[in-house]
Amino acid sequence: MSSTFDQVATIIAETCDIPRDTITPDSHAIDDLGIDSLDFLDIAFAIDKQFGIKLPLEKWTQEVNDGKATTEQYFVLKNLCARIDELVAAKGASA
Amino acid sequence: MQLEYFHMIDRIVDLKVDEKTIVVEAQVPQESTIFEGHFPGYPLMPGVLLIESMAQASGWLQLGVFRFERMPILAAVKEAKVRGSVFPGELMSIEASLTHEGSGYAMTEAKIRVGGKLRANAALTFTLIPFPNADMRSHMDAIAKRVGFPQQAISS
Repeated sequence: MSSTFDQVATIIAETCDIPRDTITPDSHAIDDLGIDSLDFLDIAFAIDKQFGIKLPLEKWTQEVNDGKATTEQYFVLKNLCARIDELVAAKGASA
Repeated sequence: MQLEYFHMIDRIVDLKVDEKTIVVEAQVPQESTIFEGHFPGYPLMPGVLLIESMAQASGWLQLGVFRFERMPILAAVKEAKVRGSVFPGELMSIEASLTHEGSGYAMTEAKIRVGGKLRANAALTFTLIPFPNADMRSHMDAIAKRVGFPQQAISS
């Protein structure tokens, strides 16, 4: 089974037509890959479906707007993948 | 339907909050300034207004499912197909279903039928925002009353 990063990178490459080999764990989805908020909805949708979770985008956005978090914490891909793993684990624990 | 005011939906026929589906009706008027230009001698509903009609049907569905806590705003149109023209005087039956509830966004699929025949369909994405002000909220409440929004469907 491919890693969370591999799956997310494939989703981003296919959804946003970005060459797969330019997407790394240290890529910032917004600053480095140029993904805007609307395109990120498609990515969030694909991630929600693939991992059976619900990315808490509203909560993350609020935290960034309130200065309680940085975009790097959620949108650098290695961090995003860590959040996904946490959500998948939490879902498994509550099932 | 009041095309000039973008009032596309006339009546909510069936809203099933639990099943996340809706059916609405929209009566295309016989006459409108829009038909004077689109087109002289061959009036028909512009495709963008068919998409708007599907978006508004989807909007009422989401207002029901999310109990008027969020206002859905159209963000993306995918896979939109106009399979047949809709003409003045025709009654559109529009059905929509909620296909995904994300965090701050939602997706629907909608279809327009006339006389049971499919005329258009689309997959739509919406962002869900807090009502920006009291005026908009009261406006939506007034329209909800006009289209027969079933308050009992969200009161339980």
